[in-house]
Amino acid sequence: MTPRKKPRLGVFKFSSCDGCQLSLLDCEDELLAIAGAVEIAYFPEATRADDKGEYDIALVEGSVTTPHEAEHILDIRRRTGKLITIGACATSGGIQALRNLADVAEYTSVVYARPDFIDTLETSTPIADHVKVDFELRGCPINKAQLIEVITAHLVGRRPATPPHATCVECKLAGHVCVMVAHGTPCLGPVTHAGCGALCPGYDRGCYGCFGPKETPNTVSLTSQLSGIGADKQTIQRLFSTFNTNAPAFRKEASRHGG
Amino acid sequence: MADESGSRTIKVDLLARVEGEGAFKVVIRDGEIVGTQFRIFEPPRFFEAFLRGRAYSEAPDITARICGICPIAYQMSAVHAMEDAFGIKVGGPLRDLRRLVYCGEWIESHTLHVAMLHAPDFLGFDGAFDMAAAGHQDAVRMALDLKKAGNAIVAFIGGREIHPINIRVGGFYKVPRKRDFAPLTETLKAAREHALNLVKWTSGFDFPDHERDYNFVSLLHDAEYPMNEGRIASSGGLDIDVGDFNRHFREEHVAHSNALQGFMTDGSSYLCGPLARYNLNHERLSEMARQAAKDAGLGPSCKNPYRSIIVRAVEILYAVDEALRIIDAYQEPDAPCVAYEPRSSTGYAATEAPRGLLFHRYRLEANGTIAEAQIVPPTSQNQPSIEEDLSSFIGDILDQPEDEIRLRCEQTIRNYDPCISCATHFLKLEIDRG
Repeated sequence: MTPRKKPRLGVFKFSSCDGCQLSLLDCEDELLAIAGAVEIAYFPEATRADDKGEYDIALVEGSVTTPHEAEHILDIRRRTGKLITIGACATSGGIQALRNLADVAEYTSVVYARPDFIDTLETSTPIADHVKVDFELRGCPINKAQLIEVITAHLVGRRPATPPHATCVECKLAGHVCVMVAHGTPCLGPVTHAGCGALCPGYDRGCYGCFGPKETPNTVSLTSQLSGIGADKQTIQRLFSTFNTNAPAFRKEASRHGG
Repeated sequence: MADESGSRTIKVDLLARVEGEGAFKVVIRDGEIVGTQFRIFEPPRFFEAFLRGRAYSEAPDITARICGICPIAYQMSAVHAMEDAFGIKVGGPLRDLRRLVYCGEWIESHTLHVAMLHAPDFLGFDGAFDMAAAGHQDAVRMALDLKKAGNAIVAFIGGREIHPINIRVGGFYKVPRKRDFAPLTETLKAAREHALNLVKWTSGFDFPDHERDYNFVSLLHDAEYPMNEGRIASSGGLDIDVGDFNRHFREEHVAHSNALQGFMTDGSSYLCGPLARYNLNHERLSEMARQAAKDAGLGPSCKNPYRSIIVRAVEILYAVDEALRIIDAYQEPDAPCVAYEPRSSTGYAATEAPRGLLFHRYRLEANGTIAEAQIVPPTSQNQPSIEEDLSSFIGDILDQPEDEIRLRCEQTIRNYDPCISCATHFLKLEIDRG
């Protein structure tokens, strides 16, 4: 029997902080096993190699913010079997999507002495706005255990187990005291996608929504609760305008509060 | 490509094994290098623009997203700048915990670079995976364990390795109990042995014999190897308050890069990072780290940037040693955070990110809203020095095949562990021989 050819994995970066692809290198116990199970054909953060040929799996980090990136993702899609986006930038546009409601020319003039040297788009958009995405892994950053689950599931051909329920559910399961009920701390746990294990409430702070909206989030009900504990419009608007500011449910809620 | 006039361009369009996207280009005319360009094409993300109008309290978590490799550095510079603006100082166990979490980031970031990104240059591999497959499995596994120990510190204090959630202006959301440190202490004792071995391993590499008379810039602190606090000092005799940064350093925007480049106000380049810290603070290393440096053949001063890989390993050892010292001395604080009142003011801070000095300045309105933000990351500051190294250090190998030149250029750039995500407001090799 001839050994099956290893699946080819590519890791691609768009506009981002590199943290989500670093999560792969942060799998210290599993990394060499992963490198044994797949052919890491392209991963420029870790190794020299040319981007050529086709990929069975592409992990895509980052959002589309330049004309070049908008072209590049089309090229990757054409050469890829399963395209998986990793992290808030790739799934919703990231913190850099704060530009979407701003004047980008003014932004450029604030940061750069020579705005004419800068080539950028007016918006930061998720990968799924440009090409078909086979699976989206949430988080800013992603949870590395979920990353291994997603890679493993794709290798064996099953659906990844990444529950779409609320962080609030994880928080109850973890047995944390509710920071909103007990301390009056604003918390996005009821409307935020699970995956982090309710980290922030475990550290006595409110969830700040870095995994983006859960499926069917009731943001209106949550913000009325937030107002009830004294959060003003600006606080609520800022809460929904961070790492997933361009996710439709969060964007809409922020706009109801002046964002 | 060479032509009849003896001119050629050597370039790399996407430099691998660095954080972010960059490229470089070397222009050669008649056998002489006439230009070098280190280019950052990482797209701009406009942090300094959208920080305006945000709450002071959001800056640590927002600026962390500039870089997934060194989020603690951003969080530390941000909280210290805000505390400077509010006129408070965080001391005692809270200060120690901040130093501890920074030790964790130095260990994970440095180990990633030393063993997985830079070592392959010295040993002739494309990356750590093929290095491991070709007989260096033990070294790679040891490095992974060491990196994991650094991450264990960050996750223990910060909640998670990347974009930790427990750092706030004034201190922390929650502080650990003394007894909870026990498993981490055991992990770090094993890591200290790995770090010693990493220093020995790197000291056995072959180093190109090149030095330059750098102007080293780092924080300087009376009693400590610098991380969160100190004056900004240089080997050229500078010794200033952090708040005077803009009087002595400036950033320029050059056409070939999406990153601003840092210069002294007289237009000269300088170098920040491990080599600068080591040269200015060697005597403040722990005894174990100093001894390991000596055994590895490093004197109190080192001007060969290729040896920065050993210096990083020494800093890893120091950080593990220092982490153990802090944990041993830790007393639980009365509260996780000190009290303060926002006020209209400007705050400044510089801390030592793994790659070097990270400067933040915020002008705040009376209610703590950010009116203006300035962030100067280490890789922007090192860009001019990187270009000068490329001009200075490859002249003796121009007769070599293009691939050899390209590899040496890459190795030279990686001496700086450039973090391009950070510097964008910050790479691609191109050698132009006409």
